[in-house]
Amino acid sequence: MPWACRAFAYGISEPVQFYLPIAEMPVSVLLILTLGAAVGFVSGLFGIGGGFLMTPLLIFLGIPPAVAVGSQTAQIVASSTTSALGALRRGALDLKLGTVLILGGLVGTALGVWFFAAARRAGQLDLVIVVSYVSLFSVVGGLMLKESIREFLSARKGAARPRRRAGAHPTYLGWPLRMRFVRSKLYASVIPILGLALFVGFAGALLGIGGGFIMVPALLYLFRVPTAVVVGTSQFQILCTTCVALLLHAIVNQAVDAVLSLLLILGGVFGAQFGARAGRHLRADVFRFLLALLLLAVGLRFTLELVLVPAEPFSISAGEMKG
Amino acid sequence: MKAGARTARAIVGAALWLGLLLGPARAETLIVSLSSSRLAITSNYTGGLIVAFGAIERDAQTIARTSGYDVVVTVRGPRQAITVREKEPLGPVWLNREQQKFPEVPAFLGVYSSRPLKEITSDALRARFRLGIDAIVGAPDFTLTRDGADAPFRQALVRLRKREGLYLESERGVSFLTGSLFRAGIALPATAPPGGYDVEVSLLIDGLLLTRTQTHFELVKSGFEQRVGDLARDRGLIYGLGTAALALGFGWLATVIFRRD
Repeated sequence: MPWACRAFAYGISEPVQFYLPIAEMPVSVLLILTLGAAVGFVSGLFGIGGGFLMTPLLIFLGIPPAVAVGSQTAQIVASSTTSALGALRRGALDLKLGTVLILGGLVGTALGVWFFAAARRAGQLDLVIVVSYVSLFSVVGGLMLKESIREFLSARKGAARPRRRAGAHPTYLGWPLRMRFVRSKLYASVIPILGLALFVGFAGALLGIGGGFIMVPALLYLFRVPTAVVVGTSQFQILCTTCVALLLHAIVNQAVDAVLSLLLILGGVFGAQFGARAGRHLRADVFRFLLALLLLAVGLRFTLELVLVPAEPFSISAGEMKG
Repeated sequence: MKAGARTARAIVGAALWLGLLLGPARAETLIVSLSSSRLAITSNYTGGLIVAFGAIERDAQTIARTSGYDVVVTVRGPRQAITVREKEPLGPVWLNREQQKFPEVPAFLGVYSSRPLKEITSDALRARFRLGIDAIVGAPDFTLTRDGADAPFRQALVRLRKREGLYLESERGVSFLTGSLFRAGIALPATAPPGGYDVEVSLLIDGLLLTRTQTHFELVKSGFEQRVGDLARDRGLIYGLGTAALALGFGWLATVIFRRD
């Protein structure tokens, strides 16, 4: 596509600028489209929202943090709609499991919002957020990496270990209130599932993320749900949570820039399509290995931020304009 | 800009003529006019330019001057409360520890002068008349802290804002067209926020402040930018629902476009 290359080169050298009405600054249209496509690809590939990647990038471009979080929520709504609808069509979406996850998630979100306010009152919010990021990403990523390396090794030795052994279920699946989730090939107690959803909702509200990166590995490893169903169901849950978050951001914080959202969505829908298609051709063990690497990389980035001597120890946070 | 400059010149001319008709004055009078009192932000806005024109008016009673005039133009953007935080090591990690709040900080601060400020007047007078970024930020009414313990935070504020292009000092920003007519070009970066901007013009001679005058311009969103901004502020629910509908619509559209069955 030589015309596309030429258009891209033109866009880089002569950036088309558009003034964002809520962020109150101009941005390069092509840069935001590219950013949306790149994050959309990763999001479609792994069935995660991608908020933990997009928010720092937008803040790096100079967009106010509140507007960055609020506006990219709309992009997550769009990309998860696409993924959830696609999964629904392919029969890779467990609506029943998704509904249970949403119910638990709403309670967790409320608790997370409350804890957020409490930590801010105590003046320790920054610490809580950075430490949570580091520990969550390192632990989840590390566990997944360990698991997939073990899988690679045993696959090389010969016969792969069977992923499901009949009758050998973890005990928490046998707790009371058992429900049958046909699509997920799961017959298990709802208590650990609700507990997981509660934890994800809590962490999501606290860190301003969708929580897909916790949900996906947990469903994969703790509940042994098939990979294809995990991605579709996680996207469905993310769709519902982020819709609520988007409305809250627009009403309470007035921090949603519709123009920025639109640009991110336009880039994101294309990226997510190709990401989802690439994901379908990816072997399950490679998929888990790549996701583990991604999470570890993000965890490492936050660790470095915490440990390295900052080039500029001072930072400014600005409040509302006064007329 | 050409039309603006012409109008401004006409305004300056009219003002000069009006000044001649008015009663006797002992010292110089300063007359200032801006090329425009309203700067509109549209979708392709990438920064703006306002030109300040000024005339120094003398009459028969004004004492004769042997040395030339100096002019300092100070532009202050909309005020906001800000917090400056400092990271300090705690064990192996760096955390935000100390912080300092400043209640009324201009989001934009531009100081344009006809000569380097240090040559125009002494440190003491610069501090007293708030001439220059350091004098404005260093002033006692800038902060709530009494003992000056927040000096590193003020320096950090100036350093960070200068890096963003929001605080600037231009040593040759004011140019004299004749001995008593001058102009200053005020270039606003695209990140300078919308709101009211105060322009203060000070006239000095031999390091002493002769007179000072104020004027004002507005940076406002217009057209599409204004409508979106107003909707987001006044009707958050409708705006939020609209954005959500947009996102859902595009998400659905993508599955239709890329459908491959």
